Amino acid sequence: MTTKTPNQMAWWLVLPVVLLVAFNAVIPLMTVVNYSVQETFGDNQFFFEGVKWFQETIESERFHDALRRQLFFTGIILVIEIPLGVAIALAMPRRGPWVSVCLVLMAMPLLIPWNVVGAMWNILALPDIGLLGHSLNAMGVNYNFTRQPVAAWATLIAMDVWHWTSLVVLLAYAGLSAIPDAYYQAAKIDGASNWAVFRYIQLPKMKRVLTIAVLLRFMDSFMIYTEPFVLTGGGPGNSTTLLSIDLVKIALGRFDLGPAGAMSLIYFLIVLLLSWIFYTVMTKDEAD
Amino acid sequence: MARISLKDLRHSYREQPVTDSDWAVKRLDLEWTDGSANALLGPSGCGKTTLLNIISGLLKPTEGSVWFDDRDVTAHPPDARNIAQVFQFPVVYDTMSVYDNLAFPLRNRGVSEQELDSRVREIAALLDLDAMLEQRAAGLTADGKQKISLGRGLVRLDVAVIMFDEPLTVIDPHLKWRLRSKLKELHQRLRTTMIYVTHDQTEALTFADQVMVMNDGMIVQAGTPVELFERPRHTFVGHFIGSPGMNLLPATFEDGVARFAGFAVEVAAPPKTPLTDARLEIGVRPEFVRFGADGIPVRVLKVRDGGRYRVVETAHGATTIKLLVGEGDALPSESGHLKFDRAHTQLYADGWIAS
Repeated sequence: MTTKTPNQMAWWLVLPVVLLVAFNAVIPLMTVVNYSVQETFGDNQFFFEGVKWFQETIESERFHDALRRQLFFTGIILVIEIPLGVAIALAMPRRGPWVSVCLVLMAMPLLIPWNVVGAMWNILALPDIGLLGHSLNAMGVNYNFTRQPVAAWATLIAMDVWHWTSLVVLLAYAGLSAIPDAYYQAAKIDGASNWAVFRYIQLPKMKRVLTIAVLLRFMDSFMIYTEPFVLTGGGPGNSTTLLSIDLVKIALGRFDLGPAGAMSLIYFLIVLLLSWIFYTVMTKDEAD
Repeated sequence: MARISLKDLRHSYREQPVTDSDWAVKRLDLEWTDGSANALLGPSGCGKTTLLNIISGLLKPTEGSVWFDDRDVTAHPPDARNIAQVFQFPVVYDTMSVYDNLAFPLRNRGVSEQELDSRVREIAALLDLDAMLEQRAAGLTADGKQKISLGRGLVRLDVAVIMFDEPLTVIDPHLKWRLRSKLKELHQRLRTTMIYVTHDQTEALTFADQVMVMNDGMIVQAGTPVELFERPRHTFVGHFIGSPGMNLLPATFEDGVARFAGFAVEVAAPPKTPLTDARLEIGVRPEFVRFGADGIPVRVLKVRDGGRYRVVETAHGATTIKLLVGEGDALPSESGHLKFDRAHTQLYADGWIAS
């Protein structure tokens, strides 16, 4: 028997990926970690501060408020977009010429650049000249999203629902399309009601794609920046200042790199933790 | 239980059927007697699943009517017809236990939990599912799932008919025979009208008392397995059933004598009238051909061992003729003469039996 010496040269082939990941993720992340434990002054002077910024961030009232607003926003988004997306997917035709029309219409909002969505809704909702804002006021509703926190929130949520429900629709529709006809035929023969068909066939078969939909919508809405920044800029006051907007205010507005770094890392860990919880809960059944 | 009849039925998937080939099921009148075990046998795309879906009510026929005993059920939806259907791919409700799967059709019909419980346990015992009632249905093997789909049909009292649409397709070969004999046993115990759709002749011939062979949207022949084997009405049946299928030899017919390549061949029931303008063939199964001292001279081409017999492929001119020779029987090495068993030799005109 001959023993072959393994050729180790193959490791070099991994190099491009390692470089890509390093520049793409590891180096920026480590830079943030580096900032988060130091105090920065002009002229590139850095002083080590330990966990001071983390402690300050966790205890900060301002961070708590932003986190509360963020959780509230994401919660509302999930509660509206997931059921609405599933309902629209169920109502869409399963075959025929209207399928592609519906799919294109559904995909449309997803193709618009985020800042354009923000600008569109900003103009649409302007109380004096916007179609929506002007119509509402003409109907006697006192609506001004630049002054009233409630109006700002309603506009923000309407915008996100308009922009992102399609994603849930497309995923749910893909899940529905994968159900063989025999299931519906068997259910018909078994005398199942429409509700039973939904509860015992469609919902279980959509579960995997819905898990993905919930995760994607959770992460995206939790990290949302561009659209609210363009629409409300975090106002009126601080009423729509979500975590990412607050972060940018600290990092770029005040140029406090240390606290901003610490806040970024805490933010990142919260997203990671919540994603893990969602995933574990939603895939629990499959394990047993 | 019920007698199923199809009257003057036709079906097309097109809005405006024009030509003959637009009809997935061509005009037919059929009847399945109460309590019989039937098979619909035919190649893929012959219209057998269409016919099945018309009986179950999943499809509404373009023309004609469906009758269960003396009730016209053409307009009834599947759940009003009280039928059961087992599909090619097992359908189970993944999130439910085996018990809940079996109980599902009864719960949908508002049967009391007490009555339902005894019914579910009875059917589970019948299908050997009683040990796994509490398990999640999703975790079962394909044959277990197929039994659940069957069980959901059986739990309902007095189902009119149970239909099987190629139910063994996704079952492992070594489990196929077990499920097949289970189905046969169930029919003998329950005496429910059953219709079994398949393209596999072994499944059809072992399961059914009455087999209908379908091709191109038509019932080519209906009969017992023996009839289909011994006296195929159409060359398609001769070829489709049997392994290897029937030999078909180009023929002529003059003065009451059928001839193949100039050799007179005696056929079971020679037609009285002369056959003109028709494409004539002599059909004889390999089982009814043997070597003899005289007859049609042939060359031996190939010998294949089939266990208790050998399949011998011979040729006269360009026409191959297959025959079965017993394990120990002598076999000419290069050439010989063939004789046909008269009682099982038929003359076909344009594919249909002539007599």
